[in-house]
Amino acid sequence: MGGKSDIKLIDNGKRIDGRSLDDTRNVKIDMDIINVADGSARVEFGNTIALSSVYGPRELFPRFMQKPNTGILRAKYNMAPFSVDDRKRPGLDRRSQEISKVMVNAIEPMLFLEDYPKSVVDVFVEIIQADGSTRVTGINAASIAIAAAGIPMRNIVTSCSVGKIEDSLVVDLDGKEDNFGSCDLAIAMATETREITLLQMDGAVSKDELKSLLEKAENTCKKIFEKQKEALRNLYKK
Amino acid sequence: MIETNSEKKIKDNKRLDGRSLLDFRKINVETDVINKAQGSAHVRIGNTQVIVGVKLAIGEPYADSIGQGNLMCSAEFTPMSSPNFESGPPSPNSIELARVIDRGIRESKSINLENLSIDEKHVWTVFVDIHIISHDGNLMDAAALAAISALKTAKIPKIDKEKMQVIVGEYEGNIPIDHVPINVTVCKIGDKTILDPTSVEEELIDAKLSISVREDDKICALQKQGKEGILMEEIEKMIDLAISKSNEIRKMVN
Repeated sequence: MGGKSDIKLIDNGKRIDGRSLDDTRNVKIDMDIINVADGSARVEFGNTIALSSVYGPRELFPRFMQKPNTGILRAKYNMAPFSVDDRKRPGLDRRSQEISKVMVNAIEPMLFLEDYPKSVVDVFVEIIQADGSTRVTGINAASIAIAAAGIPMRNIVTSCSVGKIEDSLVVDLDGKEDNFGSCDLAIAMATETREITLLQMDGAVSKDELKSLLEKAENTCKKIFEKQKEALRNLYKK
Repeated sequence: MIETNSEKKIKDNKRLDGRSLLDFRKINVETDVINKAQGSAHVRIGNTQVIVGVKLAIGEPYADSIGQGNLMCSAEFTPMSSPNFESGPPSPNSIELARVIDRGIRESKSINLENLSIDEKHVWTVFVDIHIISHDGNLMDAAALAAISALKTAKIPKIDKEKMQVIVGEYEGNIPIDHVPINVTVCKIGDKTILDPTSVEEELIDAKLSISVREDDKICALQKQGKEGILMEEIEKMIDLAISKSNEIRKMVN
């Protein structure tokens, strides 16, 4: 964020990869990619690829973590060492721990965890190729993987990123735009109820700009939600 | 579910400590509390206490930010500050806190990191270490206030350029601070909105949104937390509230 770029990120209303301001990258969703899991999905946003698998509800170990009145949701976000230009040191870093935490917050309101005392729903997200907007791609994958696992949900969570680059508001930032843009906002929401379960922003924007960013984000989420529904439908058509 | 006293009160638009829903507890900011640090602040909001120490060390620039100083924020939830904290590696909560405050400072362009370059190979690394001393809720706002207050008092040490060593106890001047971001966390309990929760009230929170606001009313960081969602139409009200409160709190930072 906020770095200096020699290249012009927006020229004549077109972005470096030829998209217009409100275009997302190509979204591709595959379901059931990990057979041993209860549910799984692979979501691509352009060059960003996220895999997600879901296990549970299953008995929670270690036992002392069990809650007698409710189940818990655990999420783990991880970036593969080969997913970025300079090899990422494997293992837990502060960024992935924070993202794991906000992912739990993003998904938890949609689940009926109180129905699974002493149990856990485990959600794993692996970013195998990163080109911006990885956390939102991961949440989109996780959300439909949970649905595919047959775990009841109030709504599907849909997530996207929006931001500000050289005074223009754009949707679905790629890696370069994320690095050199002046504002970056990640959102996850249930589009049908307009309930926002994840909201993170950094950059400096006025209140009005923030408002239009949120509007753009909602419209984008609606489009992505259609793709998620289509992927789930196709899963059961076979 | 057993309804606690605090819950009953909040439904009545009152709070156990007599505040109204949108009142902060008494805020006290004390700066220059640690001689050994280049900048420091001790912030009290009610029974919550946070000490922030700023240290400057000579470091190397990162490959992707040549010519710019480095900023590092970290937070420690000391076991002394709450019966619920244990020592050990940083918890997800402390990591989140440090990262949200880092973003508030970094993205508000509070410090122009280009001013912290020494020469081609050396830059200043600014360490902002957040120490939670007493946890009675609203750590995010208290820690953010302590961090910016400490940075405002932080001085750049003189250096011996030949040996590339800091001359202890001698200073060139203050770190130039261009903007003062203030963090306000707006909390939702049922259909009520409250500010500055105590730790008892924090147990009841459904969702909260930390909003970092600059003195020109620009919003520079957002972080939604909590186990429930926030409705799209609620966000605007939360932002308005944060903007007006942040202007009040900013007066505490000299």
